[in-house]
Amino acid sequence: MATPDIEIVVEDPTAPEADSPSVATTRTVDVVTSLLLLALACVLGFDNWRTGMSWDSSGPQAGYFPFYLCVILGGASLYGIAVTLRDRTEAAETFVTRAQLRRVMQVFVPTLLFCLAMQFLGLYVASFLLTAGFMRLVGRIALWKSLLTAFIFTAAMFITFDIAFDVIMPKGPLEAAFGY
Amino acid sequence: MEAFGLLLHGFTVLLTGKTLLLMMVGLVLGIFVGVLPGLGGPNGVAILLPLTFTMDPTSAIVMLSCIYWGALFGGAITSILFNIPGEAWSVATTFDGYPMAQQGQAAEALTAAFTSSFIGSLCAVLLITFLAPMISSFALRFGPPEFFAVYLLTFCSFVGLGREAKHKTIISMALGLLLTGIGMDTVSGQLRMTFGSTDLLRGVNFLVAVIGLFGISEILLTMEERLALRGHAAGISLRVILKVWKDLPKYWVTLLRSSFIGCWLGITPGGAIAASFMGYNLAKRFSKDPDSFGKGRIEGVFAPETAAHASGTAALLPMLALGIPGSGTAAILLGGLMVWGLNPGPLLFVEHKDFVWGLIASMYLGNVVGLVLVLSTVPIFASILRVPFAAIAPMIVVSCAIGAYAIQNAMFDIWLMLLFGVVGYVFKKISIPLAPFTLALVLGNRAEDAFRQSMIGAGGDMGVFWSNGLVGSITTLALALLFWPVIDKAFVRVGQILRPAKA
Repeated sequence: MATPDIEIVVEDPTAPEADSPSVATTRTVDVVTSLLLLALACVLGFDNWRTGMSWDSSGPQAGYFPFYLCVILGGASLYGIAVTLRDRTEAAETFVTRAQLRRVMQVFVPTLLFCLAMQFLGLYVASFLLTAGFMRLVGRIALWKSLLTAFIFTAAMFITFDIAFDVIMPKGPLEAAFGY
Repeated sequence: MEAFGLLLHGFTVLLTGKTLLLMMVGLVLGIFVGVLPGLGGPNGVAILLPLTFTMDPTSAIVMLSCIYWGALFGGAITSILFNIPGEAWSVATTFDGYPMAQQGQAAEALTAAFTSSFIGSLCAVLLITFLAPMISSFALRFGPPEFFAVYLLTFCSFVGLGREAKHKTIISMALGLLLTGIGMDTVSGQLRMTFGSTDLLRGVNFLVAVIGLFGISEILLTMEERLALRGHAAGISLRVILKVWKDLPKYWVTLLRSSFIGCWLGITPGGAIAASFMGYNLAKRFSKDPDSFGKGRIEGVFAPETAAHASGTAALLPMLALGIPGSGTAAILLGGLMVWGLNPGPLLFVEHKDFVWGLIASMYLGNVVGLVLVLSTVPIFASILRVPFAAIAPMIVVSCAIGAYAIQNAMFDIWLMLLFGVVGYVFKKISIPLAPFTLALVLGNRAEDAFRQSMIGAGGDMGVFWSNGLVGSITTLALALLFWPVIDKAFVRVGQILRPAKA
């Protein structure tokens, strides 16, 4: 049976270009991450050593288990650094291209701003701003569609969580004006 | 036959209007999440978890597991119609599913995928029904050393059997275990790794971490790709369904083989991906006409789908019986159980009979309802993909934020979620696996408690982990799995030395 093929086509107007230059190689990021993990292991390990990582009359002290985990984490990170530095074949692999990074930032920065706005304006206003702004600026969707979608979505969230399920979210001046 | 009676009781718990409604809602949400690009089982369950906070545990877990089934079904839709595997384990489905869609057989391929998912899950649920009570009653005799040995076994099998670089698995696991140690120590009451911060006093919440790792990071990853897509639309008619079902008995060997592989690999951690490929490759190898695979053969859809779903479902067996999740999603479900104050493990079968059997019954019912639902609504769900990602991304971010905040009503958790989002993004790109991290986060505290209790009981003698046959063999097995790659190599070398000697 041949179904008539109605194709579904979705366009992506702000897609990253394929030939964008590389910002960092996987190898570099690998080493940097391992160094950060090593630093974390040292800091946490020191704290656990201070808490007590040996034995007393009641058995292992509070820092015992985590201290040895720090040793394992640090050891594995060191090993990772050594392996990556020795192995040169990975060098050419791209971690992220400039165009990709720009796109990732396009979603990360608004998310960051959303989290900030949430503290002052409350979750629902921030959610409206995020949805409408993102659709308009990143998706290049018509303004009225963006505003309408954002409003419906935010209202649906408010009804679902605050009214139907009693999950209380942070609120700001707008909700206060309406008496919530 | 006790299991059968309890199962029937489970159905009576379930067959209320409210639960059935929740089931439908869960399935629809799950399929929705499964169809959306970049989201799948673990992300869906993590993001939608907060919805269930105010429900009673049985309704909540029924809804969550239905989200899981829905996501499994939904993944097949994008694989077949758009050649975009929603999940790593749907990759094998695209090999033959997409060619079928290109040849105008999308409806057949979808029916085959859904039916085989159903069969795979059903086999695994049957296994759970009869095996889980047995394992859990056996595990009731476990003391702290035995439990620690089992946890150790889980961790070691991840390291020894995982496909990723060993040190990366170890990093991921050690980091997860460390994070669970932050906050108040449960044995001595001392503060650990808080650095004087009152926010860290509560510790790092498992669900906050999971929402960041799987929700936020997935959005970042998805944005990197070109999100334009092109695919086939398909409606499924009753005639096609009956035609595919009529042919089903012909493929019973494939179905059975894949179910078996799936169940087996699902119980061992991290199995669904391996299971789907193994199911596909074995079907190809045993076929009379292996060259026709990859060109749109219906068997090539049956085999991986059955295996993937059998394994996805079987992953719940160790979670229910021992409190050890067999997959990332199972780990998140386990985290959910703990939110409602249920402690997964052998005692669950004794203390919360209603809950356990309600859940198992919901696996049967959820799969039946899911099959019917998905067969009848495919065109609607396929058209969800018309919605641009720019509209979906902010909504997912908002849902994640609601979820992370609702757990402890803390703004700090929102920032933590964002941090974990970045960590998840980087880890995924440099291939540090996230599943061991999730598992460590959920099991960390219990593993540490078990370890310290057994140490206190034995006066600090490590010999306690070999003090009797049971705990000794589990510990030895764990160590053997940890060093499995080395042992395997040694075997090969010994074989190489012996062979010329014989000849």
